[in-house]
Amino acid sequence: MALEVGGKSVETDEEGYLVNLADWDEEIAGELAKSEGVEMTENHWEVVNFLREYYNEYQIAPAVRVLTKAIGKKLGPEKGNSKYLYELFPYGPAKQACKIAGLPKPTGCI
Amino acid sequence: MADYETPKLLADVPVVVVPNIKPGAMSHSSPYVAKPDHNIPLGFPGELVENWQEAAIAKMGDILQKYRSIQVYLDSCVKCGACTDKCHYFLGTADPKNMPVARQDLLRKVYRRYYTFAGKYFPKLVGATDLTKEVLDDWYSYYHQCSECRRCSVYCPYGIDTAEISMAAREILDSIGYGQKYCNEIIAKVHKIGNNLGLPGPALEATLEDLEDDIKTETGVDVKLPLNQEGADILLITPSADFFAEPHIDGLIGYAKVFHAAGLSWTMSSYASEAANFSMFIGSYDNMKKQAERIRKAALELGVKRIMVGECGHAWRAAYSFWNTLAGVGHGAAEDDKYARMLQKQLDSSYPVPQHICESTYDLIQQGAIKLDKSANDHRRVTFHDSCNVARASRMGNMPGGQFIIPREVIKAACNNFFDMAPETIHEGTFCCGGGGGLLTDDLMEVRVKGALPRMQALKYVVDEHKVDTLAAICAICKTQFAKVLPYYDFPMHMILSVHQLVGDAVILGSND
Repeated sequence: MALEVGGKSVETDEEGYLVNLADWDEEIAGELAKSEGVEMTENHWEVVNFLREYYNEYQIAPAVRVLTKAIGKKLGPEKGNSKYLYELFPYGPAKQACKIAGLPKPTGCI
Repeated sequence: MADYETPKLLADVPVVVVPNIKPGAMSHSSPYVAKPDHNIPLGFPGELVENWQEAAIAKMGDILQKYRSIQVYLDSCVKCGACTDKCHYFLGTADPKNMPVARQDLLRKVYRRYYTFAGKYFPKLVGATDLTKEVLDDWYSYYHQCSECRRCSVYCPYGIDTAEISMAAREILDSIGYGQKYCNEIIAKVHKIGNNLGLPGPALEATLEDLEDDIKTETGVDVKLPLNQEGADILLITPSADFFAEPHIDGLIGYAKVFHAAGLSWTMSSYASEAANFSMFIGSYDNMKKQAERIRKAALELGVKRIMVGECGHAWRAAYSFWNTLAGVGHGAAEDDKYARMLQKQLDSSYPVPQHICESTYDLIQQGAIKLDKSANDHRRVTFHDSCNVARASRMGNMPGGQFIIPREVIKAACNNFFDMAPETIHEGTFCCGGGGGLLTDDLMEVRVKGALPRMQALKYVVDEHKVDTLAAICAICKTQFAKVLPYYDFPMHMILSVHQLVGDAVILGSND
């Protein structure tokens, strides 16, 4: 499958995840978010940017707990919980936020 | 994906009503097909081979030779009907092909056509059919609507095990390059990286350090989560979901607190960082062995005396029933299997080999080696979900039914308010969570939601009757499946917990310092 963004065409898998991480940019993230029905706010971007930084270092998305703690530090302790992350990404921060961040889908019993 | 409605729960009854059949109701359900990247590392053809019909029939012949059980199952069904209303997927979807006998018949009718005298010469008389593409696609669809939970086999007077038939069907499908993406992608990650998540060593190390900080902040105690520690007594093999997802990770913290409180020496391994063995789900003995051998290698290198398994349902089946011959964890390694023999000698046989984390915690409680403050869980009203592979494919402890007794005794030692669900929905009659056997994937959400119905009905009854607000489980698949499907049935997502979260919240740290 292909995702058309501003005249560019990027390849996605059957579940809508980017096939090539390097294709990602903010415009594409916006388009991915739209397909998920997520309206990106500054706080959404904080999550997405953290995921990308973490991925660059470890080649995997962070554990949900690591993510909530990092977001708590950035956005205030009242937002450092999985409930808040689910408000931002209703289908689950691990899968939905990863998709928008252009990361591969986490696999396994999760 | 088709739109679907979540089935409605009934008031005042613990078990669902058997539905009127709806032929073809789930014929559209079919998971994503594995791609060459997923298949080739497992030794399967990259995609559907050209001579798939001939190859599939030949593979069926191989399986019949190798596993006499399959032939017995295919020959012995007398269509008594005892299994028809026992499958949670049938009860939730009403599709008659989800009746266990009908699921078996998908394979049986092809077996009869090519491997029985009557089927070869008088196919119509004995319900034998050619293996057409349509039949093959039916296999693909309906053998991925079976969680291999074995509930039907409990009620079958001949003991026909539909799980084994589903495994055989998936083995055939994989052999012709028509496997399922979810399982095969995951197994390829285990072969390459060591766990289902694809979590590399440095990420695991960072996650564990982070958790140690969290525990220290919360309790003031230095509880360790050791990794790759040579000379430790115990190697803990746990599902990688324990390193990543909620609520699993609180279970991992629970194990660590128990080990700390009991003063046990333990470690995890970044090389063997997965208890799950999805190769069992696809009936691939070779891949199953390859996965198990990672654990042997880690155990030999670390020099451990004991191997313990964390909260993972089918991993416990693989460990309890297969690790001995696959890898030498327990007795039964082949004489020419040098490393398996080495490991058999290395492990301390005065403990169960392998041992379930619940067996260990139970023993520690019995011995008074750890103390629990039950009041720590007084804000919870708890029920327990028996995971299918623990309930029906393994045991715990040294008493009959130990796999039912031990987890419950551990829970009861950790909390005051425990309520079992209805007897026909627990123990060996337990209903699958709906996500087992390699179905825990987004592309099978409809079958997962509908298949959860019987468990949700039993849960609703204890929620209404006893104000239960916590569902505890000892399987990563069950935990993730429930976190996902509970909201469909108007239950809170966070009511699912690890048994060892309850233990971790109650255990008194430092009692043995």
